Amino acid sequence: MKLTVWTYEGPPHVGAMRVATAMKGLHYVLHAPQGDTYADLLFTMIERRDHRPPVTYTTFEGRDLGEDTAGIFKQTCQDAYDRFKPQAIIVGASCTAELIQDDPGGLAETMDIPVPVIPLELPSYQRKENFGSDETFYQIVKALARPMDRTPEVTVNILGPLALGFRHRDDIEEIKGLLYEMGIGINVVAPFDATPEDITRMGAAHANILMYPEHAETAARHLERTCGQPYTKTVPIGVAATHEFVAEVAQICGVEPRKDLSRLRQPWWSKSVDSTYLTGKRVFLFGDATHVKAAARIARDEMGFEVVGLGCYNREFARSIRDLAKDFGVTPLITDDYLEVEKAIEDASPEMILGTQMERHIGKRLGIPCAVISAPVHVQDFPARYSPQMGWEGANVIFDTWIHPLVMGLEEHLLAMFREDFEFHDEAGPSHHGGHAPKPSENGGPAPQTAVTHGGPAPQTPRDISGTGNEAGAAQAQTEAQSSGSDVMVWLADAERELKKIPFFVRGKARRNTEKFATEQGLQEISLDTLYEAKAHYAR
Amino acid sequence: MNTPASIPPPFKNGGTCRDTPVLKERGQREVFCGLTGIIWLHRKMQDAFFLVIGSRTCAHLLQSAAGVMIFAEPRFGTAILEETDLAGMADAHEELDREVARLLSRRPDIKQLFLVGSCPSEVIKLDLTRAAERLTVEHAPHVRVLNYSGSGIETTFTQGEDACLASMVPVLPSTDQRELMLVGALPDVVEDQAVSLLTQMGIGPIRVLPAPRASDTPGVGPNTVFACLQPFLGDTAAALTRRGATMISAPFPFGEEGTTLWLRAIADEFGVDDETFDRVTAAPRARARKAIANASAALQGKTIFFMPDSQLEIPLARFLTRECGMEAIEIGQPFIHKGLVGPDLDLMPAGPTISEGQDVDKQLDRVRAARPDLTVCGLGLANPLEAEGLTTKWAIELVFTPVHFYEQAGDLAGLFSRPIRRRALLKLEAAE
Repeated sequence: MKLTVWTYEGPPHVGAMRVATAMKGLHYVLHAPQGDTYADLLFTMIERRDHRPPVTYTTFEGRDLGEDTAGIFKQTCQDAYDRFKPQAIIVGASCTAELIQDDPGGLAETMDIPVPVIPLELPSYQRKENFGSDETFYQIVKALARPMDRTPEVTVNILGPLALGFRHRDDIEEIKGLLYEMGIGINVVAPFDATPEDITRMGAAHANILMYPEHAETAARHLERTCGQPYTKTVPIGVAATHEFVAEVAQICGVEPRKDLSRLRQPWWSKSVDSTYLTGKRVFLFGDATHVKAAARIARDEMGFEVVGLGCYNREFARSIRDLAKDFGVTPLITDDYLEVEKAIEDASPEMILGTQMERHIGKRLGIPCAVISAPVHVQDFPARYSPQMGWEGANVIFDTWIHPLVMGLEEHLLAMFREDFEFHDEAGPSHHGGHAPKPSENGGPAPQTAVTHGGPAPQTPRDISGTGNEAGAAQAQTEAQSSGSDVMVWLADAERELKKIPFFVRGKARRNTEKFATEQGLQEISLDTLYEAKAHYAR
Repeated sequence: MNTPASIPPPFKNGGTCRDTPVLKERGQREVFCGLTGIIWLHRKMQDAFFLVIGSRTCAHLLQSAAGVMIFAEPRFGTAILEETDLAGMADAHEELDREVARLLSRRPDIKQLFLVGSCPSEVIKLDLTRAAERLTVEHAPHVRVLNYSGSGIETTFTQGEDACLASMVPVLPSTDQRELMLVGALPDVVEDQAVSLLTQMGIGPIRVLPAPRASDTPGVGPNTVFACLQPFLGDTAAALTRRGATMISAPFPFGEEGTTLWLRAIADEFGVDDETFDRVTAAPRARARKAIANASAALQGKTIFFMPDSQLEIPLARFLTRECGMEAIEIGQPFIHKGLVGPDLDLMPAGPTISEGQDVDKQLDRVRAARPDLTVCGLGLANPLEAEGLTTKWAIELVFTPVHFYEQAGDLAGLFSRPIRRRALLKLEAAE
């Protein structure tokens, strides 16, 4: 037994659900008790899917246990087929059904279901979500894909994107773009939006693009063995990795490595003098192995950070993470216990964390800026806007995402440096960390939040340290002119003194925000408290 | 103005919803298991820790349901069963003892520990009752260890609270005092309002179950009378009755009318005269009526369909039909305990389908056929139904938001009118 509060990965049948939900025309019959349907809301709420996951649960109850749970399974399976008429069905057991040993696969085989029925063996007490998705996709591919003639033109399959995947939707578009530029066609993208019928056509591709090893490496290996399709080993996250990916694809497909770099801005952004202060920023990386490996390289080679710690939660990739850590001269952290991660982060005392939603909360607790690079993530990391991690646009997105909390961090640092009252610091904390901001008065009832909404894009902040501050100065002058107008706003002496301690290039903004805040609050006077209330307010 | 509240006579034509035959269905259920109750119970019971003995699925469910609370050192956790625990039973007990000892040494503030059974722990027949007894002895007198089942095979969503409170009843101290016990975990602000109204009528002493701390645990005995604050507390009510306590039966305190009838039933039991009752309730009743009128404008004449979730459905349907002018098409509950929701059923004329249990695909067929103006359902169904053009109110909020008694009556109506107002406000289709 192991006491757990937070887990990085769900049980393996959730991995299977992610494959089933990603696909079309596939149905998952899951032998599970009432309550396991909770997982549906991960898809309908976090990923905002507009349909129910294609999963039917047997929903057995206590009183069924002594009797015929196998019969319930067969009936459910038949009903699900009759209602949804899928092209194929996957069947399996959740953790509880695994214990009652009904053997869904064997049971389904005895039935007359006229489509392929693929049994899943997912050991719930040993393995986790990523194993579940990898194994499920492998079983589907193994059952349905066959060797066949290659397409006349050069085509590839894209393997690995899933439901509930971190930026999978947009990464697919980036990969398609990279392939299009080389004149390579797409045979099948799977599991994302693929049908079982599509899976049967996978053998026609010349090679496979393995987007996410966590979810599709076993299937890629299987296709290499059975269909003779080589698969890519480079994950194109980061500029260098994308260049290598293009070279690798060109080589295995026998085409020219053509690329269109016209939209790639990250390298210049990173070289520009504005980015000089990023040099040697101490960062700590944690997440799934694939994203951590990619992020480590970007951090060191493309952003100029110093990687002071790294690790992953999925043990399947422990070896590669250890190798990576050796390369970076740090101690690898392979754990699924967030308390160990928190401890390691505390010990490393980085200036920035790149991690999952859990590390974002650790960052809040420790007052360290954080950006999210890996699942598990919450609803805000399934954005409406286009925001891939892979390819050239992915590099642009990553640059923006990573430095935004740091820009805020710099502002905080300067504000704190020019301030005398250090006691106040403990109370307010860095304003971009909700966890330390002064709490709004709550009525104490349990918060109805099933969805976290912290940590969206940080508000824009002037960071014109290299310039003369003309713009900010002008803005300040403008506000000062405004404040002497008819809407008289009185700055008390202590607040005025404190305002002057704020560096000139953000002072205008601070004044504007404070006065706007005071107006909204119906205040005529601005005290020191008002100043900091306003600061806390706008930082949220 | 304020006529003394009393339960109206049954409806003449066709009877009430109590007479309606209940549509009982089994099949796939789109509901939470009782473990979810921990999310609000641990907030209420400030020195209790809820230790689920379960699988990774249980931990994953709790973190999905608890959202941000996970990051605030919550007083719950899951002892995840591993491969080795399944091999031999004796081992599991040793493992559990070790985990509990480690937990209690780290958290000296914990006075009550609940061992919460899950589907896996029940299927392998891990005897948590014995474990609780053993651990109580081991950690006495500092910590009391109890156990209950929050498993999906035994409990649905709010039944987890029922199972938890029922597990406490046998160990409540005995008393011969004539006391009023309010049963059910409500947000403190709401509980305070209830206690204040009853106190103003001269009723007391008033105890609450669950108490915020183990040291405030109420006593129970033959002179105890109790009133349930929630309709899902059937087992707890039965356990209290077994201890000799008497239940006051009333509609549940949702809306102005529900709150008045609930208070009236208690006032009658304690011999409060009409004048006192009216003096105490007149102002808040008027406030509640006004707030409901404001918030329910968008609800008038609209139809509503309840998918089963929390057992709050029948009392809420009563409030929405009688005080907000809605028409119920189907009222689904995971379980119907007529001893508790009977008075609410009596207040609704026969008409809506009353269903117990669920076969979710069949029920969704009925929703689509009826095309209700508002469908109350879980988060797994809400967005899919919205995408089909139906307006939904996700049900979980009704459990997490303060909705009982007069001061929240307007908010309660507002929870239902907001999705309808939003649908009317958004002009997205035109923009496309």
